[in-house]
Formats: sequence, C-alpha cells, structure tokens
Amino acid sequence: MLKIENLHINVENKKILQGVNLEIKPNEIHAIMGPNGSGKSTLANVLSGKEGYQIKKGKITFLKKNLLNLEPETRAGEGLFLAFQYPVEIPGVSGMNFLRTTVNSVRKYNKQKELDGVNFLKILRKKAKFIKMDEKLIKRSVNTGFSGGEKKRSEILQMSLLEPKLAILDETDSGLDIDALKIVANGVNNLKNKNRSFLIITHYQRLLNYIIPDKVHILSKGKIIKSGDKKLAIELEEKGYEGIM
Amino acid sequence: MSIDTRTKKTVKSITEKYKYGFTTDIDSDKAPKGLNEDIVKLISKKKNEPKWLLDWRLKAFRAWTKMEEPNWSMVKFPKINYQDRYYYSAPKPKKKLKSLNEVDPAILSTYEKLGIPLEEQKRLAGVAVDYVFDSTSVATTFKDKLSKLGIIFCSFSEAVQKNPELIKKYLGTVIPYTDNYFATLNSAVFSDGSFVYIPPGVRCPMELSTYFRINAKNTGQFERTLIIADKNSYVSYLEGCTAPMRDENQLHAACVELITLDNAEIKYSTVQNWYPGDEKGKGGVYNFVTKRGACRGNNSKISWTQVETGSAITWKYPSCILQGDNSIGEFYSVAITNNFQQADTGTKMIHLGKNTKSTIISKGISAGNGQNTYRGLVRIGPNANNGRNYTQCDSLLIGNRCGAHTIPYIEVNNQSAKVEHEATTSKISEDQMFYCRQRGLDQENAVSLIVNGFCKEVLKELPMEFAVEAQKLLGISLEGSVG
Repeated sequence: MLKIENLHINVENKKILQGVNLEIKPNEIHAIMGPNGSGKSTLANVLSGKEGYQIKKGKITFLKKNLLNLEPETRAGEGLFLAFQYPVEIPGVSGMNFLRTTVNSVRKYNKQKELDGVNFLKILRKKAKFIKMDEKLIKRSVNTGFSGGEKKRSEILQMSLLEPKLAILDETDSGLDIDALKIVANGVNNLKNKNRSFLIITHYQRLLNYIIPDKVHILSKGKIIKSGDKKLAIELEEKGYEGIM
Repeated sequence: MSIDTRTKKTVKSITEKYKYGFTTDIDSDKAPKGLNEDIVKLISKKKNEPKWLLDWRLKAFRAWTKMEEPNWSMVKFPKINYQDRYYYSAPKPKKKLKSLNEVDPAILSTYEKLGIPLEEQKRLAGVAVDYVFDSTSVATTFKDKLSKLGIIFCSFSEAVQKNPELIKKYLGTVIPYTDNYFATLNSAVFSDGSFVYIPPGVRCPMELSTYFRINAKNTGQFERTLIIADKNSYVSYLEGCTAPMRDENQLHAACVELITLDNAEIKYSTVQNWYPGDEKGKGGVYNFVTKRGACRGNNSKISWTQVETGSAITWKYPSCILQGDNSIGEFYSVAITNNFQQADTGTKMIHLGKNTKSTIISKGISAGNGQNTYRGLVRIGPNANNGRNYTQCDSLLIGNRCGAHTIPYIEVNNQSAKVEHEATTSKISEDQMFYCRQRGLDQENAVSLIVNGFCKEVLKELPMEFAVEAQKLLGISLEGSVG
C-alpha cells in the first residue's frame, strides 16, 4: 500500500525528517507516536502533498505510484486521506455542498458516476448518524465556529464518505473527551477492511485502547527509533519517551 | 445553491478563451461616425420621436459639450475620442417583424451560442425576454400574458410611440439629463432599451429579463431603461449582458431609472460579463453606467443586486433615493477584477423620508493585477428621522499583485439616525486551498468554491436561474488566477 524509503525532509533548511523508513500493507493499522517536534505532522503533510517541504532524499510509493510526483488532489483521488490536526474554516460554504463536491471530485477522478443530491443525502444521513453528527452541523459553513470536537468529528465523517484506501489521522484524538474519542475510534473501526489501511499519529496511548494497532512506531528527532506491536504503546505510556529512548 | 459537479463540468467545458468571443455577421444600419446635433437629430428621427423628446436630447447634448469627463474614480484608461465612434447602429431587418420566426437567423444563432433561449421552455423558463441586439429591440415574448394584467414590457422606442405620456412623466426624473458626463451623453444619444410599467396592485407573475449585447464594431452602446412600479405593485427584473471579443475598447454608457410609488417594490438584478480584455489587459468593454432608483412612495422598496465579472472598466453606483417614509433601499454586490480589470463600484443611499432603511453588502474580489474599489455614500437628510443604514464591505485578495480599496462616505444630518459600517479584507489562505485539494478538488475548483462561499450573502439575493449562472461566471472569471 505505502512504502516510505529513506525519507529526508527539510523545512527552511532545517532538517526535520532524517531517513524515515516505513511500510504499510493493506488492512494494517499503524500508529506513529513521538514527542513534540519529532516530525510527526511533517510526515503527514508530506504524504498528503502540502507545499513548503523540501524533499532532500528518499522515495514514497503509494499503490505502486511515485507519490511525490502527484498533486494533492490526485493523491486524494488515488485514495489518500488526511484527517487534519487543525481543520480549517471555510466561511459561506455549506458543509453539505462541500462534502458532495469533494465526494464527486474523487468519484470523477476514479471514473465513477457522480452522485446526485438525493442519493448523496441518503448516504450522508446514514454515515452522519453512525458517528452521531448532528445534521444541523453539516448544514452550517465548513468547520466555521465548530468546537474542537465537532471539527474532529467532521473529519471522520469526511473520511467515511470518501472511503479512502489509506487514511492518515493527525492527532485526531487531541482535545477530545472520552465519549468523542470512542465515537472517532468507532468510526475508524467501522471502516476497517482488507483493502484499507490507517496511519494514526498520536501523542497518547489512549486512542490505541479503542483502535488496536498492528504496529506501533516511535518517531524521535526525524527517525523511527523503535517499532513494535501494541505492547510498545503501553510500555511507552509507563516509561515515557525518555525511558524508551 | 450548491456548486454541483454538473456546474463545474460546464465551467470546465468553457476554456480560458472567452466563450462569447464571436461576432454575428449581419448588416448594420449605421449613422456616420462622430457626435454632433445632426447625429442626435438623426437618431431621434430614426426613432420617429415626438418633438419634446428631441428637444430633451438636444438639451442634454448641449450640456454634455460643456462637461468634463470625470476623473475622481480609481479607474485609469487612455483618453476616449468621442468623435471616433458610431452613435447609432441597428441590425437591418428585411421587413417588419411580426413574430420570432421572422428574426434574422444569424441573430437567433448568436443567442443560441450564448445559451439564451427564445422560448419559455428553455433555460430561463418562465422569463419574458426583451432582447436588445446592439441598439434595437429584436423580439419580445410573453407580451400577451403580461398585457392582460396591464403590464407594459417593451423596448424603450416602442414605449415612446405607444405610451408617450408615461415616458414624458417619468423620463429623466431620477437621473436628470445634466446628472453626470456619461448619463448626459446617454440622454443625448440613447438608442434603445427597455421600458416596464406595472399598474397599481399588480404583482408581476414572472421575472422580466433583458439580454443586452454589444455587437457592431466601434458602436457605443447607450441603453436607456425605465421601470415604474405603481402603487402596491411588485416586479423583479433581470439584466444580463454578454459581448463578443473585440480588440478595440468598447464604450458602454447606460442609464437605468427605477421609480416605486406607495407600497411598491422593484428588485433589479444584474449579471454583467462583458468582455474583460485579455490576460495582458488588451481590449475589453468600458462600462460607465448610471443606475438610480427613487422610492417615491411611502413603504416602497428598491433592491439592487449585481454580479460584475466582466468589462475592462466598471464605473457604476446603483443608488436609491429614499423619499417616501418607511422606504427601503438595498444594494448587494459582487465585483470581480482579474488580470488588468478595474472596478470602481458601490452605491449611494440618500435618506430623505422618515424611518427609511438601507442595507449595503459589497463583496469585492481581486485577482491577477485587478483593482477593485468600493465607493459608497450614505447620506441621512435632516428630515430623515430614525434613518438606519447597515453597510458591510468585504474584500478578498487572490495573489500579490492585485488591489482592494474601500472608500465610504457617510453624511449624517439627523441625530436620530443609526449608521453602521463594517469592512474586512482577507486573502484566500494556503490552508484553505490545501484543505480543499486534500479532499480532491483541483486548484480552480477550490478557488471557485471558496469565492462562492465568500459571496454567498449576495448570491442568495439573485433569482434562481441567475444564481446558477453567476456561480459559473465566478469560476470562469477567476480561471488562471492561481497556480
């Protein structure tokens, strides 16, 4: 699914990632944990194609394509989804309109028939209900005036509508109370299938109680210094980053 | 109203090239170049006008010769040689037209390319259209249905023949012939336009619509529109404009006068997408328009909504004179300037009556090297007790070479008045763009989505058919502005 080889990334000539290697196979859930400033969000942004990152070395292959050559919207079309740490507000654009436009853009890219309003609404209602998202919220402008939890839930709704092949969750758990956390985890677990993978970026082990990862990696100073299974996250919780490193 | 993918597809099918860049080959009946009293007389004679109207034109012409082109606006353009232009041009009809079947097929096919249907079943279903081709009205539909209600909707020239008393009573009463350089020029040489009269107590059952189109080379277009809503009546009027591509700058100086009597309401909507010039700023229409409405009656209302995406230069201030007590004026505007377009647009709200209210919502979008100015006046007269105004001016910048300017004038002469002014300037953020692209939208669709969101408060004021077209136009106008 995704293969990262010896990835070196600079931001304004400062070395952020210094030789990251990672392979995610279909139907796997990987978690990346690491202290502040270790390069977790940089990795998410580079994978999704955000500008402002200098690729010094390395290669990323996504579904046999050279990911770094693709525009962000092409990556989305190919099935890469990023749940943002800080989802941006788009005033005046109703969530309903935004969601349908994005879903149909991705469908169009994949040469699928675009959904009309009625069919889209049916699907939307079902998925919104599953993650307990109020329909009133969807009618409002995208993320505008949403609470932190509402924004994160909206990201999960988008993920479930776009049905990506690889979903990257960038600290989706931060700022969520325990109920919201369970809903988010539920949303992810519900989407699990043999053709889909997840990369979960988080500070805390907490989320991993609800989403059981196949692999856990610890990122520190731009490198993956330790990989293991779910036990590694628990060990980390007990010993702290210092203890592990 | 959603920008659905079908809309986006249509936008995509219209490439960078201006869609309406073609000309129709029909013989024009042209007056010689230049402007003098003889030309004014010729125009009046061609129209078989009564003497009082010719005299009015001549007074305007004489006033115009003593006036100077205004230079206070933010728009810059090379000096116009007013003598090097044609002031009258009409498509030559083979014979007098009785029905649409007799309309020149070249003209009909032009409208087809523009996507304007001549019959009600098509796109603007339920809309009676009075087409103005260059300067002469070509065909009017729905006349029967409207005339049963006593509504008059016809070309200005026709109204001069059939309803001279109404023209004489109202023409020039909102925009006097001495008003300003361009309005005065228009008063002297106006060739045609639309006339609407809604009798007392009648609610016009359909949106009335005119498509203006500049076609003949070097022909200034001087439309004159007059709309009167008599007591307790209502009408919604749509004006849409497209013009073919030309290298020469084309001059357009229209006048629109609106009058509402007691409890009457006029809603006037414009989508202007005339040729804006190319990416280097070559060509494009000069659009110097005077639009003004008078709320003469108590409890009357005039609402202007405009979406200005075209023209190299837009100089336009649709205004309301709130004479009647409790009368309401509204101005909703979206103006886009891309490449080298310049717009200096806004409104004037003149509060004279008691308890008069006005609302101004202006959305300016600048991209490329575009310059966009909001210029507005809110004046509360000494007798306008409890006058209220709310103004909101938002500017959106795309890129680093464009400009946005806001110039509000506020004059309050009554202590009981309340005037509010809010203004914001923002840029489309990289984060917003990236967010949309991560969800699968390409750059242009992302800009179009964000801009449509920015303009939502104005677009929702447009009648439905227009709103869809306007959304497409916003996308087309901003093509090439990012990336």
